[in-house]
Amino acid sequence: MDVIVTDSGFSADTWSDETTLSFASETDPENLTLPKAIQRVVITFPNFADGRGFTLARLLRLRGYTGILRAKGPIISDQYAMARRSGFDEIAISQAQALRQPEKDWLFRSNWTAHSYQSRLQASS
Amino acid sequence: MYQYNGFDTAFLKERNLQFRDQVRRRISGALSEEEFKPLRLMNGLYLQLHAYMLRVAIPYGTLNSAQMTALASIAEKWDKGYGHFTTRQNIQFNWPKLQDVPDILDALAEVEMHAIQTSGNTIRNVTADHFAGAAADEIEDPRPYAELLRQWSTDHPEFQFMPRKFKIAVSGSAKDRAVTRAHDIGLLLKKRGAEIGFEVIIGGGLGRTPMIGKTLCEFLPKSDLLPYVEAIVSVWNLLGRRDNKYKSRIKITVHEKGLQEIQRLVLKRFSELRPQFKGQDQTLLNALKKAFATPAWIDTPTTTFHENYATYQNFKSWVDINTSPHRNNDYAIATVSLKTPGQTPGDASSAQMRVVAQLAKTYSHDELRISHAQNIVLPHVHKSHLFALYNGLYPAGLATANAGLISDIIACPGMDYCALATARSIPVAQEIALRFKALKLEHDIGPLQIKISGCINACGHHHVGHIGILGLDRAGVENYQITLGGDATETATIGERAGPGFDASTIVSAIERVVFTYLDLRLSNLETFLETFRRVGAPPFKAALYPDASEGKNAA
Repeated sequence: MDVIVTDSGFSADTWSDETTLSFASETDPENLTLPKAIQRVVITFPNFADGRGFTLARLLRLRGYTGILRAKGPIISDQYAMARRSGFDEIAISQAQALRQPEKDWLFRSNWTAHSYQSRLQASS
Repeated sequence: MYQYNGFDTAFLKERNLQFRDQVRRRISGALSEEEFKPLRLMNGLYLQLHAYMLRVAIPYGTLNSAQMTALASIAEKWDKGYGHFTTRQNIQFNWPKLQDVPDILDALAEVEMHAIQTSGNTIRNVTADHFAGAAADEIEDPRPYAELLRQWSTDHPEFQFMPRKFKIAVSGSAKDRAVTRAHDIGLLLKKRGAEIGFEVIIGGGLGRTPMIGKTLCEFLPKSDLLPYVEAIVSVWNLLGRRDNKYKSRIKITVHEKGLQEIQRLVLKRFSELRPQFKGQDQTLLNALKKAFATPAWIDTPTTTFHENYATYQNFKSWVDINTSPHRNNDYAIATVSLKTPGQTPGDASSAQMRVVAQLAKTYSHDELRISHAQNIVLPHVHKSHLFALYNGLYPAGLATANAGLISDIIACPGMDYCALATARSIPVAQEIALRFKALKLEHDIGPLQIKISGCINACGHHHVGHIGILGLDRAGVENYQITLGGDATETATIGERAGPGFDASTIVSAIERVVFTYLDLRLSNLETFLETFRRVGAPPFKAALYPDASEGKNAA
């Protein structure tokens, strides 16, 4: 049972498979298409060093996806801000990971809207 | 030059707190070395042969005297009293202790410096022409764009766990002094009628598969710079190979997919990204241009300069070799050589850093540059100050008149420092420089760039040296291969491999034979080594290197 990480810390996973669409990190962006009804999408990360999911998330948002976007995999707390800024709403980690990376490590990075050069550069003038 | 505002200062403070916490968690075991590795790399901390190595960013090679003085202090306080300037305009400290690094980063932050993304699979230091803002031949100062790209790439959420590193260089002159054609993205400011825009080159790179970059876009309007560059990196982040790190760089992606396909993908991504940039980046760019405005030139006579030039031979020699034309006729660009024969190329002691900082403050409008050739540049020196500058450099061992000459060798740290190295490079550089100094031939030989790499990763840029030397390991013994006719400028060329390698005891005399062949064959002392090579080709040089090779035998 995964632990779900959001800006307010840990919570239990309430999703079931039928309601979500899942994309692997190697998904071709041309195949990033969503039926309009889908409101829950997961992008899986095979390991924390593979940053493709961040670009996929961004593309999904650019293409108009407004539902919940979850990153799932062995993501470390130091990647939390990256994930949120790329468009993820939450991260699903394993119980074992949650033990090694306690809630306080994730909360330490929950101020993800601050100190973002990219947001500054994309603002309207 | 750029000065931090509240946002930059707050960002850096937060970033350093994050790294301090990461070090704490590493030491406590909460982070494994595998997890800590990308985090320390994206904060510039390598693990090398003997110790950690901290690579501090010098954005587009520009710094002021306060910053250079701080680097001197850091070297004294937390290192062994020296630093090494690199081929990407950064500085490396070779001996910091892990637990001291957060304090070093805080000391850097005090002078608006950092080590962010100087390593790791991130977008690295955006480098630029070290004569930017000063060169007589400049179209436009590339540094506002380099600073814009630096900010855009800093802590970019998508681009910190990429297939590999990513390197961008910007040149503002038709004379490419930034090696743009050997970068993942090279940006060349150019004119189209009255408009100035960018030629965008991609897929250049050295290392085990050296390639000269290809033009992706002939003319990119300035306002499209960020979304276009972001489109390229975004496409590559998804496409770049993650199964084989030797095939990850965009040069391989272009090679495998074809330039046209990459163009198609980039344009598609660009069309999605362009609307995200609503104008604030251009507003910031205009503010940056003001930050890089030319200094208030002084206006005094240059008579004493001409008198001293006519009187003092050593000074004349230094002016002739180490100064370059400035956009203001009464000024000069001065190169401070860190290549005294016998010294480690690119190294400066704390004492030397302090001397050059003070001289820059007094004589160069408080500005210094680091060139990819591992030298320091004082970009704005009024000619009336050159004599005092020279006399200030001389006692510190910083007045060697060899910029661009055979002893101005680019050499990576090599096996003396680097865990990746297959051979030592520093001793070879030292011996070559000392040999030609002893022969008293340097000035006669003229411009000749030797570049030495201690392994196939080519951090010494040997592929684009007029003479390149690659140090390998052959059955446990150092073996040095020679390449000929490389060129790092706008006529970029990958050097041609001459033939079998030489061992440490014969490499210097092999280089001698190459140089003597040039001296024999050149039409006059006005024809440079590279010009002679391009005229006569490799065969006479190969014949000189391998006199015992039988006729018809292919020495390559």
